[in-house]
Amino acid sequence: MLVASQALLWGAPRGLPTNFTVSQRSLPLPLCTIDTPPHPALSLPDLHVMYLLHLVELASLGDQPHGRGEFYLFCSPCYPCAGNAAAAWPARPARPLRIASVRGGGACPGHRARPSMGEDTDTRKINHSFLRDHSYVTEADIISTVEFNHTGELLATGDKGGRVVIFQREPESKNAPHSQGEYDVYSTFQSHEPEFDYLKSLEIEEKINKIKWLPQQNAAHSLLSTNDKTIKLWKITERDKRPEGYNLKDEEGKLKDLSTVTSLQVPVLKPMDLMVEVSPRRVFANGHTYHINSISVNSDCETYMSADDLRINLWHLAITDRSFNIVDIKPANMEDLTEVITASEFHPHHCNLFVYSSSKGSLRLCDMRAAALCDKHSKLFEEPEDPSNRSFFSEIISSVSDVKFSHSGRYMLTRDYLTVKVWDLNMEARPIETYQVHDYLRSKLCSLYENDCIFDKFECAWNGSDSVIMTGAYNNFFRMFDRNTKRDVTLEASRESSKPRAVLKPRRVCVGGKRRRDDISVDSLDFTKKILHTAWHPAENIIAIAATNNLYIFQDKVNSEMH
Amino acid sequence: MAGAAGPGTGPGAAGGDGDDSLYPIAVLIDELRNEDVQLRLNSIKKLSTIALALGVERTRTELLPFLTDTIYDEDEVLLALAEQLGNFTGLVGGPDFAHCLLPPLESLATVEETVVRDKAVESLRQISQEHTPVALEAHFVPLVKRLASGDWFTSRTSACGLFSVCYPRASNAVKAEIRQHFRSLCSDDTPMVRRAAASKLGEFAKVLELDSVKSEIVPLFTNLASDEQDSVRLLAVEACVSIAQLLSQEDLEALVMPTLRQAAEDKSWRVRYMVADKFSELQKAVGPKITLHDLIPAFQNLLKDCEAEVRAAAAHKVKELCENLPTEGRETIIMNQILPYIKELVSDTNQHVKSALASVIMGLSTILGKENTIEHLLPLFLAQLKDECPEVRLNIISNLDCVNEVIGIRQLSQSLLPAIVELAEDAKWRVRLAIIEYMPLLAGQLVSMCHMLQCIGTVCENLAGEMTSDLFLGSGCVECFTCSACQNLAGIRHCALSPLLPVYAIREAATNNLMKLVQKFGTEWAQNTIVPKVLVMANDPNYLHRMTTLFCINALSEACGQEITTKQMLPIVLKMAGDQVANVRFNVAKSLQKIGPILDTDALQEEVKPVLQKLGQDEDMDVKYFAQEAISAVAQRLRKLDFPVKDSEEPSDPEADKNHFLRPRGPGEDTGKAHRERAARVAPEEAVGAARFRGTDAAKGPAYQLHVNTETHLPNWKLQN
Repeated sequence: MLVASQALLWGAPRGLPTNFTVSQRSLPLPLCTIDTPPHPALSLPDLHVMYLLHLVELASLGDQPHGRGEFYLFCSPCYPCAGNAAAAWPARPARPLRIASVRGGGACPGHRARPSMGEDTDTRKINHSFLRDHSYVTEADIISTVEFNHTGELLATGDKGGRVVIFQREPESKNAPHSQGEYDVYSTFQSHEPEFDYLKSLEIEEKINKIKWLPQQNAAHSLLSTNDKTIKLWKITERDKRPEGYNLKDEEGKLKDLSTVTSLQVPVLKPMDLMVEVSPRRVFANGHTYHINSISVNSDCETYMSADDLRINLWHLAITDRSFNIVDIKPANMEDLTEVITASEFHPHHCNLFVYSSSKGSLRLCDMRAAALCDKHSKLFEEPEDPSNRSFFSEIISSVSDVKFSHSGRYMLTRDYLTVKVWDLNMEARPIETYQVHDYLRSKLCSLYENDCIFDKFECAWNGSDSVIMTGAYNNFFRMFDRNTKRDVTLEASRESSKPRAVLKPRRVCVGGKRRRDDISVDSLDFTKKILHTAWHPAENIIAIAATNNLYIFQDKVNSEMH
Repeated sequence: MAGAAGPGTGPGAAGGDGDDSLYPIAVLIDELRNEDVQLRLNSIKKLSTIALALGVERTRTELLPFLTDTIYDEDEVLLALAEQLGNFTGLVGGPDFAHCLLPPLESLATVEETVVRDKAVESLRQISQEHTPVALEAHFVPLVKRLASGDWFTSRTSACGLFSVCYPRASNAVKAEIRQHFRSLCSDDTPMVRRAAASKLGEFAKVLELDSVKSEIVPLFTNLASDEQDSVRLLAVEACVSIAQLLSQEDLEALVMPTLRQAAEDKSWRVRYMVADKFSELQKAVGPKITLHDLIPAFQNLLKDCEAEVRAAAAHKVKELCENLPTEGRETIIMNQILPYIKELVSDTNQHVKSALASVIMGLSTILGKENTIEHLLPLFLAQLKDECPEVRLNIISNLDCVNEVIGIRQLSQSLLPAIVELAEDAKWRVRLAIIEYMPLLAGQLVSMCHMLQCIGTVCENLAGEMTSDLFLGSGCVECFTCSACQNLAGIRHCALSPLLPVYAIREAATNNLMKLVQKFGTEWAQNTIVPKVLVMANDPNYLHRMTTLFCINALSEACGQEITTKQMLPIVLKMAGDQVANVRFNVAKSLQKIGPILDTDALQEEVKPVLQKLGQDEDMDVKYFAQEAISAVAQRLRKLDFPVKDSEEPSDPEADKNHFLRPRGPGEDTGKAHRERAARVAPEEAVGAARFRGTDAAKGPAYQLHVNTETHLPNWKLQN
């Protein structure tokens, strides 16, 4: 029977259409007034006083960057947990990976000594290689996303090799005061593998485009990771007990003599060293024709959305075989294509609101209450273009590379090539604040276009109290802007300048002829060293900066001295 | 306790001769921690066996503690475990010890996988019934409280489902506590918990005292229905149904209706959708008075909602709503308050809305009666029959019968026929297929009405020459014929040849239809109208049409009988054996196999057999294959008809030799007949078997026709290997 397909339902009848072509009427949208919820008061970070807490370097081993041999995890003595992660390996082992680190505390805090034969040599190897300057970086080790979980206790990074590395913050301990706040490797696993789409003759990279943590539901943690096409839900659990006792064999697996088996034995759980297990729970595949650029978990804790260049899909976290298309900007004729979706995010509190940004520099806020299909936005945030500034590059540099709701839900932060902007949800005409990230590049757009740097997608981040914003730049510089004092600072994430516990020196890029000491001229900026991915701890002034294959974790001095 | 662990306590527990009886259980227990999930799952599924072997004491003290800590396992295993534990009461020592099962189920009720949690809750509910009232308060209620105040929302969501089972059996003091816990869950921070509470609100309300419902549940309901998350609000609509059933009309009006009205006008379309979807239940729950007063206006709004999803859901409920209205005054209400909105929906912009309406609108005719149907509904049906969306038209056509009962086909005829013809031309082959499947039904409806002839005739003439409309004209002509009123109608020339349609599925359906039509209207009609047309197609330049001839013959031969088949169809089929397209040729073989049973033996022997033999030597492998199949079928049939096996050709066959000896005295000419009798008497089956045997053993020389095939197939077979 060719009966109209009724809305597909998710368990409880929440109907959403699959591929309706609904003619929509525009509604005056009753947007709720958004109040800033009370937020824990944070000490404002003194922008100049950031020091390196922890630096982690990922490096594939050996000469085969894509080799898939045995799993090696060379760990410095600071990584008892990483050793455990290697021992308990339920998910696919990661590619050979070395994680080396420099810690703010300098000396190793009291880690549990593990009697291991090979450890000493390993350690030497690491320290040795770490001291060398790595000019050679394997493509697979380049970090492609950084994300704190909701409490900030865990930090996940994804890289181009499809690996996810999870760091856990060391709990404060009395005998090692400096270790507080330091992030240790908690678990490492291979999330995605390179694939080939035979129908379209397309290679699907394993690069992790985005990681999003789910709100914690029980002792286990869950996260979503995505590459260009496939989203996966992972569960990270700890296990500290192990069953013991077999009836028919001993613990080594040798069979017992059957005649000695005279009574039944039920296995008993005995405590053991902590093991971290990562297991794949769901795979959300085949939802996207184009490349997924963002995923975002809804505040209703049961749905999330994924956006590719032209469409946004809504998924139920428990259902992998269907998703609902909520935005589709694909024109009937691809030649009429003028803009693509570049990023999207759900509102932090209102489950019905989400925003998506476009390559034309506009933001569209959609309300899922109004209609099942959100092709018609409720609000359009767009700054009128300044005609005097128009050039060949105008459209490219106005493309929004990232959009983030503030924690309060009142503001949105967007990053385009040269600026970061803060938008008020209640004001569509223009951003309430605009900060120049590297305006000195405006004159160099032509060469940036030629080396493709102009298409770099920088991300941006809010601090926990929405008072400071942070974004990356070139030459391993990253920028912070204090919204209240209007102060800004440029800092550099580099191994040379990041002595443990040393406060980061602000850097300056000079434009004209006057050059002060320590200034860097525009021409000497290294455009291959770029900081695209940054993350800010949700409550404290701890930031994670991904610079190619290095993850820098900085903490502000004020904050740490309070402890 | 002391003796429990020792040998011989439990049934099957280790005795002196332990090994044999212990071994399977030992394996099961060991596999509880096997690395292979499937083995663990198997073990868990046999948990009752393990428990039985261990005995109740050891199950309680050893097995259950182990299981309580097994929540690291795969969801699949946990699900099986949760299910098993629901039926474990007997295995832990009966109701007195049912509380021992609570710890493992409690830990299962906190895992993150919803399916597992739900199953654990289900098992807990089951076990709660087995608790004595004292045990319930001592063990079960504390468990519910623990879950309800758990740190993680998974445990709190699980708690929501347990309140209603322990409440009725608890003492008053505990009851108050339970209500308090439920209240706090309804205002939980996480939407997940509020959703779980909202979905269990109705169930909980049912076990509460009426006063508590009014004083506690209604405020909770109102809160949930105005929750900031629409996913919570929509679940409150469901609770509304159960709560409304509990309250008196006055309370209903005062306590529930404001919320319901608000839900029907909610900003979120999902909530409105839910109201539309639950409308019949709501209608029944609130009773006729409020329905008239409140629900009908709300329904009108839903029917003209701005979201297509909501309109479609409401449109689905139109018939049920009308049916459930009080009979008295129903007609006026429908006519004045519902119908105007339905009229608008007929021209809705969204096809899903229209097709939802089309699937139920015909049902209104029985409620409204003949006159109203003709005056008001018929124009709507007709408009929908002309709808641009084929699904809408199909939904109308497939429900035609209920209108037919009310107003008779006459009123529909004039618009129905063109609409069907149009559908038969639809660009989507599925639609055409559906129409063909409806044909017998329609023909059945049409045939009873002789007065329709004139009209049908007109249509036939108008459409004569349109190939695709032939489909309909065929059945139109059927009526003409049976009524012997207009045998010479122009349409007859263009009779039922829908097989010409280009998609195989349709052709197939159409040919099957042909058979039904012939059965209905007799062979004479078939001979005069259908058969000639079919046979003409045998010369069609398109091989698909030539094949259609064969398909039609397959379908028709049985209905038409031996005479027509032999005289008219067989020659054509045989002629087609020389077709240049292999597909046609092997279909000839298939056809011959199919019509073989209908033909008489002479025709088989003299006409069919040579042709099949020729096909059996065809250069095409498939043709050979099917020819061989046909040959063996025909051979069987010939034997069943006592056709003589030509013994002279089979000197080496012992069976045949016997026949030789037993040949009747009369020589020569009579051989055949006598032999036939013999074969019938002695061993028709043996003969067949022999023929088969010979067939496989080609070296034994010619035996019937089969050797030809085997010989020629053998090299092929080798090649393939």
